[in-house]
Amino acid sequence: MHSLILAATVLLLALFGYALGRSRSRNLAVASGQPLHSLPTYYGGYVAIWCGLPAVLVMAVWLGAEGAIVRALTVQSLPAALVSDDPDRMALLLTDIRNLAAGSIVSRDVDPALQAAADHYQSLRQTGFASMVVVVLACAMAGLVWARRRVVPGLRARNHVERIILWVLVACSTIAILTTIGIVLSLIFETLRFFEKVPLHEFLFGLHWSPQTAIRSDQVGASGAFGAIPLFAGTLLITLIAMLVAGPIGLMSAIYMAEYAGSRLRSTAKPILEVLAGIPTVVYGFFAALTVAPFVRQSGGSIGLDVASESALAAGVVMGIMIIPFVSSLSDDVINAVPQSLRDASYGLGATQSETIRQVILPAALPGIVGAFMLAISRAIGETMIVVMAAGLAANLTANPLEAVTTVTVQIVTLLVGDQEFDSAKTLAAFALGLMLFVVTLGLNLLALSVVRKYRERYD
Amino acid sequence: MSGEPDYAARLRRRHRSEMRFRFYGLLSIALAGVILVVLIGSIVLKGYSAFWQTHVRLDFAISAEQVDIDNLRETNWGGLVKATLRDMAPGVTGRRDKRKLYQFVSPNAGYDLRDAIAADPGLLGTEFSLWVKASDDIDMLTKGHLDRTLPESDRRVSDLELGWYDRFVGEGRIELRFNLDFFTTADSREPEEAGIQGALMGSFLTLLVTLALSFPVGVMAAVYLEEFAPKNRWTDIIEANINNLAAVPSIVFGLLGLAVVISLFGVPRSAPLAGGIVLALMTLPTIIIASRAALKAVPPSIREAATGLGASPHQVVMHHVLPLAMPGILTGTIIGLAQALGESAPLLMIGMVAFIVDTPTGFTDPATVLPVQIYIWADSPERAFVEKTSAAIMVLLAFLACMNATAVWLRRKFERRW
Repeated sequence: MHSLILAATVLLLALFGYALGRSRSRNLAVASGQPLHSLPTYYGGYVAIWCGLPAVLVMAVWLGAEGAIVRALTVQSLPAALVSDDPDRMALLLTDIRNLAAGSIVSRDVDPALQAAADHYQSLRQTGFASMVVVVLACAMAGLVWARRRVVPGLRARNHVERIILWVLVACSTIAILTTIGIVLSLIFETLRFFEKVPLHEFLFGLHWSPQTAIRSDQVGASGAFGAIPLFAGTLLITLIAMLVAGPIGLMSAIYMAEYAGSRLRSTAKPILEVLAGIPTVVYGFFAALTVAPFVRQSGGSIGLDVASESALAAGVVMGIMIIPFVSSLSDDVINAVPQSLRDASYGLGATQSETIRQVILPAALPGIVGAFMLAISRAIGETMIVVMAAGLAANLTANPLEAVTTVTVQIVTLLVGDQEFDSAKTLAAFALGLMLFVVTLGLNLLALSVVRKYRERYD
Repeated sequence: MSGEPDYAARLRRRHRSEMRFRFYGLLSIALAGVILVVLIGSIVLKGYSAFWQTHVRLDFAISAEQVDIDNLRETNWGGLVKATLRDMAPGVTGRRDKRKLYQFVSPNAGYDLRDAIAADPGLLGTEFSLWVKASDDIDMLTKGHLDRTLPESDRRVSDLELGWYDRFVGEGRIELRFNLDFFTTADSREPEEAGIQGALMGSFLTLLVTLALSFPVGVMAAVYLEEFAPKNRWTDIIEANINNLAAVPSIVFGLLGLAVVISLFGVPRSAPLAGGIVLALMTLPTIIIASRAALKAVPPSIREAATGLGASPHQVVMHHVLPLAMPGILTGTIIGLAQALGESAPLLMIGMVAFIVDTPTGFTDPATVLPVQIYIWADSPERAFVEKTSAAIMVLLAFLACMNATAVWLRRKFERRW
């Protein structure tokens, strides 16, 4: 909160600099009779940028580094009795010190040494913040004064300002790249640590998934097996069910809307699909768990089938419903891209409309439709909330849609929700699963794009 | 000649298959519509009753000696409520029966009494009545979600409680009232006390962070890529990258948030700041793609005219192209934010799934958001949480509908054909 106030102060200073630069350039131009190179606003902008930008950058770096430095200084000052080599214990100790300093509950008895450490931590934080305020404000003031002195009628202010703006734009456009790099690096880094504990072949080909690692050696049911095949199978089963629902319904409604429907039906049907697409996945999850799953269970029971209450069928069907608009809007675009001349030629040969669709339009649009289905599959694989709420937790290796199966995303969530140490194989397994998920969805997307690009018929 | 009836039959067959095909198409669309109606309908039917809450009228006669008026915290308010309940149902003996009686009203009824006395100390020494919330089981009974015909052992409400209930109804002590608390309290373990204010505030703060980060960055990135970037390998890579990011599963962004935002940068867990950063990274591709489309839609004649009048490339963009593209950009931003509002999977990863009873007031307070609150409630076993969950979903859908309607309105109002 205090940092926000500081940022606001810097912003105010920059605004002041803007006014200062603008009026000074005008006054100088009038006084010297020399024409200004740029409009006065650019001189204002010049001063404002030199006042605000360095200060904000310094503040960002400071805030990023402060935590680590304060932590290191606190550890250094700790009495030897409290220090231990175990990183987990140290992390716990530091958390306690921080909580004590903040006045919240700590997990151990407060002895004088701990209290002293907390006081030291608190004073370090305060000194750190005070010096940050001083440095940042000094930066802003120095920039303001320096830039103001450089404002003379001959200064090419517009070019300066525009160059800086261009660099800011470039920086913004690279954030997308940085995000991807961040995803890839964090996933790979943690996954490598996971494979130090669990061999790669066991993860990829193991048939048993039971990520509870034993705390005691004689514990029952805590084997710590990390064979991911049941998860992949469960994901595939649910995705298959989803596509069996979404594929026909989505494709047929796209065909009907593109080829048959008049503008009135289209103007009602399109919003229906858009609303389906806009409903949050957690709502679908609720629907699956509380409406569809009991319904499936009851109707299965009434014809003598034993259906699990978290059956793959319920989760898959609802996931299919979620994907219908995705399939239909992509297919709609593809079908509309098929040129009218093909239809006209087919009608001219005496084909009915449905024959034209089945034998001319669909083959022509096939690459696009395949691409759309691939994108839909990748969406289904990565979908989380529906399966977290409606699919099971236990890893069953089965192809029976009436049983409960679990998926990759469900396991990522269950492994990471709740407090646990960051280093156990259990936590790291989530990152390995995440990497698999990322690679598979990325692969499907790239494949879909290349299918569309490679097999697209060129009509003009 | 012999071929002619054959032709007719074939033609009929072909027409029949045409009709069938047409029917399947119509059926799919109708199916989508029916599913939507069932989905919304089931939620509304389950949830509309959560906006009302069963209240019980309790009669108090509290003397001034029983209460230390200067130190209201010290008084045993729960005890006073219990005494009143004992008076209302005379003849209840035995520990278990008494406990059942006490559970007739919400455990927080004592606080309601305290607040009433604090607001009007003149009540002391007089006889007054106060409407307090009934417990969730009684609430469900009133709303007809409990089947009275079941055998007692299968019911959440015993015959004894049913007897009290029926008597209180006869005495006019039971009433359904509008549940304003649903909007003004945060989460609670007691279904009758739980509200969505905390989650709404968390969603608001999170979206504020998301907007503050993703809107400027997204627009500036789009301006660079569309207006200034040279067409080379590097910009191709950025473009492909943005399209791929848009297709990355949301849960992977959660892993990124856990590994980078929380572990590396040290942003506090469960904070709207962390959630906002993660959602901003997710929303960025949507905003960039929409902004680029809006910028592309501005005709070259505008740029040429501005350039012809002596504007620099930057002035052309900042003074002319960007303002004209702004409605489209805002539409895209609102749609992106609506997606972010409904998103929950990545927030589970960064600890926004905790049970939080305080309404967050700052960007670093522990918080949860509306969709995650829905997820938490959906996991709770009490029947009363089902209706709370559905009601929270209705609120969430209402917000999403408003945002999307704004986007549509913006597009309609400012869309220009050049």
